[in-house]
Amino acid sequence: MTRRRAFTVAVQGLGGVAGAAIVLPAVGFAVAPIFHRGKERWEAVGPVGDFVEDTYRQVVFTETEGIGDAGKTTAYVRKGSKQLGESPSQIVAVSNRCAHLGCPVRFVEAAGNFICPCHGGVYDFQGKRIGGPPVRPLDQFQTRIRNGQVELGPRYSVTSQLEPVRARDPGEFTGGVWEYLYPPRPSTFPPPSGG
Amino acid sequence: MKLDSLIPAPLRKPAKPGEGNGAKGPAPADLKTSPPERPSDAARLGEQAKGAPSDVLAWVDQRTAASGFLTGMLYRKVPKGTNWFYTLGSATLFAFIVQATTGVFLAMFYTPSTTQAYASIAHINNDVFLGQFVHGMHKWGSSVMVILIFLHMGRTFFFGAYKYPRELNWVIGVVLLILTMTMAFTGYLLPFDQRSFWASVVGININGTGPVLGPYLSDFLRAGPELGATTLSRFYAIHMLLVPGAIIALIGAHMYLVVKLGTTAPPWLHAKKPKVAEPVAPLQAGVEGNGGGPAA
Repeated sequence: MTRRRAFTVAVQGLGGVAGAAIVLPAVGFAVAPIFHRGKERWEAVGPVGDFVEDTYRQVVFTETEGIGDAGKTTAYVRKGSKQLGESPSQIVAVSNRCAHLGCPVRFVEAAGNFICPCHGGVYDFQGKRIGGPPVRPLDQFQTRIRNGQVELGPRYSVTSQLEPVRARDPGEFTGGVWEYLYPPRPSTFPPPSGG
Repeated sequence: MKLDSLIPAPLRKPAKPGEGNGAKGPAPADLKTSPPERPSDAARLGEQAKGAPSDVLAWVDQRTAASGFLTGMLYRKVPKGTNWFYTLGSATLFAFIVQATTGVFLAMFYTPSTTQAYASIAHINNDVFLGQFVHGMHKWGSSVMVILIFLHMGRTFFFGAYKYPRELNWVIGVVLLILTMTMAFTGYLLPFDQRSFWASVVGININGTGPVLGPYLSDFLRAGPELGATTLSRFYAIHMLLVPGAIIALIGAHMYLVVKLGTTAPPWLHAKKPKVAEPVAPLQAGVEGNGGGPAA
């Protein structure tokens, strides 16, 4: 190696280090939110007595703080139903976010189904898909009872058998090999254990 | 182009000794009789003023040597048959300039905050003088630009203008198309009304349906697991800083290649047949059936 070549390589290397010192922090800054999980948030939505087992009650609560009404989301809440093999002490909170592309679904009492206005997705009473383009059942929220109040917590997704998994975005399949094709994001919370 | 007359006298190349009005030559005949009449100050100032624009141009040109490039670009030859379809690229560029200009003025009133964005757009539309007009130009102009891009792309495709040696310019054009779509997508969220909110939710979720990387792409676009305050500022930064810069740079490369390579003739114009018929081997002539002329 000649002296000239050694200096060329050294200067180019220095330039690369200087460039990386600028580019890497900027890229890290832009992608950091992917790896950040916010604080777990619980919100009371009403006394236990407000909810029954054979129909849903619509509640609105804040899912993302600091952005006003845009951060609110809607859940349909009921007690566990013995006919469906659920424990009566359990509270079920179904998200109104369609599992197709995220439009707001509505519970239609007369049909006992959830119906999405955008592309015609239909879900049964438990939130399982029975028609249209959605790829999985409706998401649910973790629930607990504190001082006689029903509280809703982090969102989680379910498989077609209603087994809890980490929250996925709409349009992403759950269960089986899909757990690897649509990997869980670090920004979501672990699902409740044992459903 | 002869620039001698444009160059100010002090900057002209001096005459060689013994030439022109140099001191070494014989005295001009008029000096031997009566002194010439002096022009009035006003007349001399007038002459100087007349020469000022060319003096300024010459001053710039001496320091940039731009005139050669500019005349080459502006007076370049275009092929026979060039028609109105060839103006679609310029029309797209014009649409981009309109978007850039109106966007700058909208940015003077817009607030990229989830709690104030909608109110600032309402303020632009309802209170600012001509605000609704400028907002409308930006909003409808974005659709115009997308439509013009596709017409321009169709012209290039159907005229075969993407073929050698212009493939790279086609590739640059496709990147420009993608960047324009990015602009349309990120700009849609900015008014932050119900329509733009839910359209962005759906758009981000469509991005997320790509396997393996899709979920992370969604989190990157939203800057988190849910569409929130950082999503709006992120989209705003992409919309008015990141992508416009890339578009301007690529438009420069696109136009450089257009000037450098020239445009194509429309496909219905055939190359002239050579005046002297090329000798054709009898056997080949028999095979081709029409004496070697252009195929029917």
